Amino acid sequence: MLSSPGWSLRTPSVLTRFVIFTILSLALMVLDHQGRRLAKIRAGLSVVFYPIEIAATLPARVGESFLNFVGGDSALQEKYSKLAAEQPLLEAKLQRYEALEAQNTHLRKLLGSAALVADRAVVAKILQVSEEPFTRKIVIAKGSSDGVHEGQPVIDNHGIMGQVTEVDPGQSRVTLITDPGHAIPVEDVRNGLRTIVFGTGDEDRVAVRYLTAPTDIKVGDLLVSSGIGGTFPFGYPVARVTRIVNNPNEPFLDIHARPVAHLEYNKEVLLIWPVKTAPGKTLPPNPASPIGAPPMNGAIRKAPSPAGGTPRGSPMAAQPHPASVGGLSDIGHAH
Amino acid sequence: MSLDQSNRSRLVIAFTFLVALVLAILPVPGWAQPFRPDWVSLVLIYWCMATPQRVGVGIGWTVGLILDVLYGSLLGEQALAKTLVAFLTLKLHLRMRMFPRWQQAVTVLVLVAVNHLVVLWIRDLVTHTPVRWSYWTSSVVSMLIWPWLFVILRDVRRRARVS
Repeated sequence: MLSSPGWSLRTPSVLTRFVIFTILSLALMVLDHQGRRLAKIRAGLSVVFYPIEIAATLPARVGESFLNFVGGDSALQEKYSKLAAEQPLLEAKLQRYEALEAQNTHLRKLLGSAALVADRAVVAKILQVSEEPFTRKIVIAKGSSDGVHEGQPVIDNHGIMGQVTEVDPGQSRVTLITDPGHAIPVEDVRNGLRTIVFGTGDEDRVAVRYLTAPTDIKVGDLLVSSGIGGTFPFGYPVARVTRIVNNPNEPFLDIHARPVAHLEYNKEVLLIWPVKTAPGKTLPPNPASPIGAPPMNGAIRKAPSPAGGTPRGSPMAAQPHPASVGGLSDIGHAH
Repeated sequence: MSLDQSNRSRLVIAFTFLVALVLAILPVPGWAQPFRPDWVSLVLIYWCMATPQRVGVGIGWTVGLILDVLYGSLLGEQALAKTLVAFLTLKLHLRMRMFPRWQQAVTVLVLVAVNHLVVLWIRDLVTHTPVRWSYWTSSVVSMLIWPWLFVILRDVRRRARVS
């Protein structure tokens, strides 16, 4: 294009530049995919471009506050939002009972190695959802300054939503269990069958893969997190099996499940800090109910109002449990 | 205006890219998601066509990288796609200027589809992403919106005397 001899010496041709930037992009992708060595750079860049995100969410925020303004009695409004903030915390306390009950009967027989789980939770507001059609990610308004760490489980009042995969000071990105790059180890509540639930990219469907025809799994089975892998604590509902197709031509069953969490409807999510004691070390004095005792008995702290600044029930105190330091240990690829 | 011509041109171009980036991540309801035009590619194509001496492969790469950061996608994914779009537009810009508006729009459809295809390839290599037809609606919407965007950006360029 710029082929006159004197000119091409001074500035590289369009083709050269194209090749250079292509190689640069490829190098970036390889680095970013393999070692996550670019996490620092990415975090720095996203701070720089944070104003763009603010600008993008501005209309929604203005609209919301306008509706609140029009919405009438402010005292009622305040009371309502306070109750609404408490609601998910209370429901979260309840949701694990089904799994715990099943495990309790099982444990009465085994008695001995119990990992006591007591979780703390904080409400986080959803800032934005994935703009791309195939990735299932959300951005929430809590970041490293609130004690959020990579690999942290995120739930709502019905079940597991996903895990934190990217942390900035004031916000973090959560990969949902429906994201095609996400996988979570689960077990069937009915019979304890261990398997893995993969995201599909569809908003209301996940897949259970690599199970063969004789496997005991039925439509309607509830799959809960198994705690294997260490990223997700045991016992939170993940998905319910909706369809099982046994095609003799395929080596594995084609199993569809629907996420239990309301992935597309929430405005707020819960970040949890699973607290684990080493197995065998601190068994509760009463061996009859090692895990049956409500694990979150007062353990969930009332989070400061989601809109508030830094929470005082400081989650900073929570140490990320060692197993989740790898962060992505539960994210696998479909292969 | 105390700014000289060159700096003002840069500012105006940067501003249009900024608006495109905001539009690219503006939250919209789920059903509207597939109908979002690829604003950044459209603006990039316009400037590559109108002022190839200012906006080229490097700018395309930079804007793509910013988009990667905003999307939270693999770093370099959008950067590579936008680099390719800028390159192809630079190769075609003399012809595209001569095209009637509808033919220009069809070229834009091809360019944006190439952008989407590259992204899809990368995604398929990294995570096995299912392909749905709704993935391509964005390219078609981009084509439909091009004639209007072209007029707007041309006005911006003339008013601000960007060259």
